[in-house]
Amino acid sequence: MKIDIILCGVGGQGILSIAAALGAAALRNKLSIKQAETHGMSQRGGDVVSHMRISDKPIHSDLIPTGGADMILSVEPLEALRYLPFLSPKGYVVTNTTPFKNIKNYPEEQSIMDQLNKLPHVITIDADKMAADMNAKRSSNIIMLGAAAPFLDMSYQSFEDGIRDIFGRKGDDVVTMNLDALKAGFDFSMKNKK
Amino acid sequence: MQKLLLGAEAVAQGAIDGGMSGVYAYPGTPSTEITEYIQGSPIARERKIHSMWSANEKTAMEAALGMSYAGKRSMACMKHVGMNVAADCFMNASITGVNGGMLVVAADDPSMHSSQNEQDSRFYAKFAMIPVLEPSSQQECYDMTYNGFDLSEKYNVPVMVRITTRIAHSRAGINQLAMKAENEMSLPKNPTQFVLLPAIARKNYKKLLAIQEDLVKASEESPWNKYFEGADKSKGIIACGIAYNYFRENFPEETCPYPVIKVSQYPLPRKMINKLAAEVDEIIVLEDGYPIVEELLKGYLEKEAVRGRLDGTLPRDGELNPGLVAAAFGFKVEAGLAIPELVVGRPPAMCTGCSHIDVYTALNVAIEKYGKGRVFADIGCYTLGALPPYNAINSCVDMGASITMAKGAADSGLVPAVAVIGDSTFTHSGMTGLIDAVLGKAPITIIISDNESTSMTGGQDSSAVGLIENICLAVGVEPEHLHVLLPLKKNHDEMVEIISRELAYDGVSVIIPRRECIQKAVRRKKTEAKLKK
Ligand SMILES: Cc1ncc(C[n+]2csc(CCOP(=O)(O)OP(=O)(O)O)c2C)c(N)n1
Repeated sequence: MKIDIILCGVGGQGILSIAAALGAAALRNKLSIKQAETHGMSQRGGDVVSHMRISDKPIHSDLIPTGGADMILSVEPLEALRYLPFLSPKGYVVTNTTPFKNIKNYPEEQSIMDQLNKLPHVITIDADKMAADMNAKRSSNIIMLGAAAPFLDMSYQSFEDGIRDIFGRKGDDVVTMNLDALKAGFDFSMKNKK
Repeated sequence: MQKLLLGAEAVAQGAIDGGMSGVYAYPGTPSTEITEYIQGSPIARERKIHSMWSANEKTAMEAALGMSYAGKRSMACMKHVGMNVAADCFMNASITGVNGGMLVVAADDPSMHSSQNEQDSRFYAKFAMIPVLEPSSQQECYDMTYNGFDLSEKYNVPVMVRITTRIAHSRAGINQLAMKAENEMSLPKNPTQFVLLPAIARKNYKKLLAIQEDLVKASEESPWNKYFEGADKSKGIIACGIAYNYFRENFPEETCPYPVIKVSQYPLPRKMINKLAAEVDEIIVLEDGYPIVEELLKGYLEKEAVRGRLDGTLPRDGELNPGLVAAAFGFKVEAGLAIPELVVGRPPAMCTGCSHIDVYTALNVAIEKYGKGRVFADIGCYTLGALPPYNAINSCVDMGASITMAKGAADSGLVPAVAVIGDSTFTHSGMTGLIDAVLGKAPITIIISDNESTSMTGGQDSSAVGLIENICLAVGVEPEHLHVLLPLKKNHDEMVEIISRELAYDGVSVIIPRRECIQKAVRRKKTEAKLKK
């Protein structure tokens, strides 16, 4: 079994919290992990990407080869498109639809959606709105993780355990909120997958 | 249970467990997380392992050598360009040798993700004739620092650990080893070992030359260098450091037909290389960074069939990746989907509310009447003032170069010339240039844009806090030409006025717009709120 995920977004959006939860889930399953992150200059509002590799065999490269990713998991719609060269023909794109507009020439939103909807396997989800409706604004990234979960070869319970591992220190309320967010994302994808 | 660590953190943990007594460093991507990890480590705190930031890489290297002199194990960490700053001490430390084990961690940045160039630190180690350890995995990051001190003490030289961005900033599971005791303090056995007067230096240098063969032998016997046999002798592969992973991604051990050498310790293991050269038709060298091994093997006369970055088998510049390595072996590389045309770049930018923005807005107005091309900046978040809409600066070369380049330009008649420098960069290496400017009565205006933080690298404490005015006055800046401003929109007119006045002054002026980095302010308020609870 192997899962290669391109995790992407804009510096400051906190994609590493998703990576941490995924990593914890994988460790629970005694799987190998390699996760290359973006630090440094791009964290100042530039595009950031993390190559997350999970496998039951030893993993060699820290980087995912082009055309090899099982999923692009993006917390921003424009960023989802930036990494399409990495997507395998069978791979899924799971993306948040709330744009992060910190550049003057941000493309028209509808044309971004059109490009996304052209893809064979795609889930578009307004995670920010969903999080706001649930009164859990800071959990939109975990909603995204939940939305990715149905397409990743790990049990739902291991994601729950991952969340308990990384949020446990912050108390039961935070854990429950994030478990709810995970579930909301998961249900959304189950309903909307083609 | 395995611990999930960044490569940089694995270096740190290996050093702690390997009995290190102090890390000395100046922040710089991708090396910063090494020292930050040690600063946050409970066990390091308990052991009182030194981990406070140094003013620059040279002071860091010297302090690490001082700790080694006193018998303890030390480590100096920096990004690759930091090696340039520390090079004077570094080159001479290979001549003094060490007492306690000393590691120099150089973090290179091929593809320049966050740097001005992609220089390869292995050249420095070769220049200084000391061993290099180049991990191919996070576990090796840990193992190499853990064991590196022994290597340093055994051969009485500093040892370089060379990492690159990709391994420094990638996480994997690490197995830890038993924690070693620190060294006791002890003086060098030979009291003149560290006195590099020519007569002594010549002796020391001969010693360094004499151990070179031993270092080659150590590489040949190193557990980190490996020869893998292969039946197909049409090619042999030399894969260095992280490039070994990209190779294995394409040729897993079980199915690889070719003989392979994994190189993770230098000088090169000569016997292994000779064996490979004798049995294969051609050698492909895979290395991230400069083609240093390839060049070494190729020699001058082009007789040997050695392929790599120099003959176009691999690109001459930029970071390697699995696809580039696949292409080098003629494999079809999956291309994935094309990036839709509408996707535009998203360059990094100064944060909304950043004090540097107010500084540039005022400077652009004040300088307009003199015309463009006269602002020499430096390295930090304020370098982003080069981008639109500010287009406010005309240079960014190396840390500290703003003041000195402005002086040189003014000397040639570009008056007024302006320097823009951050607080941390000022104490890193700007203040020595200020002495030149004051002594030369240069007609330059120096703006020290002080956000009380080393922000570009993540908001580390800045050595400059509370010192800047006194430093300026002490080196002779005239009090009436030293101003502290509060960079806020509402003070725009006042800032323009003061900058304009000082631009017109025929001598050194220093203007210090001071307001805390907003990222740092947010973090500070969060911590304070937590402490109150
Ligand atoms: C020799 C060298 N060391 C370290 C760095 C990494 N570096 C780039 S900017 C920077 C921080 C500068 O801080 P400061 O001058 O206070 O500016 P700020 O980012 O806070 O605006 C550092 C450490 C470098 N580029 N060169």
